[in-house]
Amino acid sequence: MALFYILLIFMVIAAIIAVETKDLLSAVICVGAIGFGGSLMFLLLRAPDIAMTQIVVEVLGLVILIRATISRDLTFISGDREFFGTVASVVILFLVFMAGMRICDTLPEFGEPVFAQRPEAASQAYIAKGLNDTGATNIVTSIYLDYRAYDTLGEATVLFTAVIGATAILRSRSRKRLEDPEL
Amino acid sequence: MTVIVKTVSSWVKVLIFLFGIYIILSGHLTPGGGFAGGVILASSYVLLMLAFGRSFVASNLPGSLASRLDCLGAFLFALIAILGLVCGGTFFVNFLYQEYFPGEPFALVSAGTIPLSNMAIGIKVGASLFLVILTLAAFRAESQQPTEQDLADPGVRGKE
Repeated sequence: MALFYILLIFMVIAAIIAVETKDLLSAVICVGAIGFGGSLMFLLLRAPDIAMTQIVVEVLGLVILIRATISRDLTFISGDREFFGTVASVVILFLVFMAGMRICDTLPEFGEPVFAQRPEAASQAYIAKGLNDTGATNIVTSIYLDYRAYDTLGEATVLFTAVIGATAILRSRSRKRLEDPEL
Repeated sequence: MTVIVKTVSSWVKVLIFLFGIYIILSGHLTPGGGFAGGVILASSYVLLMLAFGRSFVASNLPGSLASRLDCLGAFLFALIAILGLVCGGTFFVNFLYQEYFPGEPFALVSAGTIPLSNMAIGIKVGASLFLVILTLAAFRAESQQPTEQDLADPGVRGKE
């Protein structure tokens, strides 16, 4: 349990640095550190699939994507914060915090699965019958490619649309460079 | 980039690529699967792009080939779904496991259409992410055309 608090403090410090620093690359690396802490938490909570996706997307994807694409003259942020914006965000954060404190009372113990308390939940059926129904020993895969394959089709469509959008918006200016690698 | 970075990344990219293939192929047995493996495949090419520059990667895996791979992955995934409709009677049904080839649990060739779907999604996700990063890098190079101020002071612009 103490390990979770250490990880939590590490993530909070990284988040504060990410907000406060002026260098965009340092901020991105701090966000990657938050994702690393989150993936360690998922690993300790025995969810290795989510931990793997988290570390791949958050650390590798975010840091490498931004390092590969953002140009060097954009990396320093300047300017002061507005007074009204700061006050509004503090008030909204306080309200969200109070609502979160109310919700915390109804949650089970940290690390206890919520659906373990309900034997009629769908997740119990997946765990009991997953191997027999699909033959896959990884229950996560048996859910997202067999029971809930429509979800995966939707996700693939979302990614396809994202690629179409990125190429359609950016390519009109950089078409020559994509087709001719020598430029 | 320096010689050290180029040498190390040209060795490491093979291991990263192999690890991505392993994650995709054993997605139905151990943690992982098409999405995570596809991102790892794309990240090996991003490492190459960081070390050797965009033109090297674009001549190694051209954008037209990557977009064809993207469409191929999406087509294979939809084809598996429609084959389930034709052979099993329901869209996305695992017809290979239920009717033709059950296989042993924990074997590499098992679980019917799940490994095939994993491969299709792995190809699709890897090619899509590679295309997005290639397009963004080309856009960045476009927006970094040298202006008069840059030409006067070349130290401002970063090294490629």
